[in-house]
Amino acid sequence: MPSAEPHKQRRGLVAIDGAMALIAIILIVQMWLLSATLETYLAGHTGAVVPAALFSGLLFSGCLALNLFVDRVDRGTWHS
Amino acid sequence: MTFFRNPSKEPLWKEEFSVLASDERYVTRRQFTKFLTLASLGMFVGNLWILLRSRFARARQFSSVKIAQVGEIPVRGVKLFTYPTPQDHCIMVRTGDDEYVAYSQKCTHLSCAVYYSAENDRLECPCHRGFFSIKDGSVLQGPPPRPLPQVTLVRDGSKLLATGVKGT
Ligand code: FES
Repeated sequence: MPSAEPHKQRRGLVAIDGAMALIAIILIVQMWLLSATLETYLAGHTGAVVPAALFSGLLFSGCLALNLFVDRVDRGTWHS
Repeated sequence: MTFFRNPSKEPLWKEEFSVLASDERYVTRRQFTKFLTLASLGMFVGNLWILLRSRFARARQFSSVKIAQVGEIPVRGVKLFTYPTPQDHCIMVRTGDDEYVAYSQKCTHLSCAVYYSAENDRLECPCHRGFFSIKDGSVLQGPPPRPLPQVTLVRDGSKLLATGVKGT
């Protein structure tokens, strides 16, 4: 594996780890949101369904953006 | 970033079955992040599914079924019946001279059968001591997360008819 200078690699790794931790947190929030929405929907309350779907979509786009970031940084770190 | 393999790339077996065992078990950060992002997509799809169901769910049609004669049971008496299908067990309680209420008998916690406690004037679930109000089926105590579905009763002369279920 061709390596860039170690300092740059270390910075890249820290950035990737941070992004991964954020993605994991987003995923936990989404899991909670899904189970809470299902619970309220089954209880016959539909008021929370639309905001929950919008918020979940927002969280997913955040995840996607972080994924692109990790992809770019990882490529840049190891293949520059 | 690609979520799906490009078929023109290396054969799949070369990626999945590396020559070195340690390489085979190695999950790159990119792969792991991709997996987490797909899981996030799954959560989003789940929320969308609930949204679509709540928008396009058609109101269930219920038929009218005679379940008892007026005065057939005494005040604070109970009659068990099934509605709307033979698998849906329900309980009817006469709460006053001319007052009747009926609920699904299935506890909203883990589906044990609830019974009427005349001394406490409430519906009780014996499994985890979940109590429901006899007035509207709301939860008074215990782990049930939702009220009991209420069967709509209509009086037609001397007959009591079940005409629908609220809160399913
Ligand atoms: S099943 Fe009724 S309280 Fe648990």
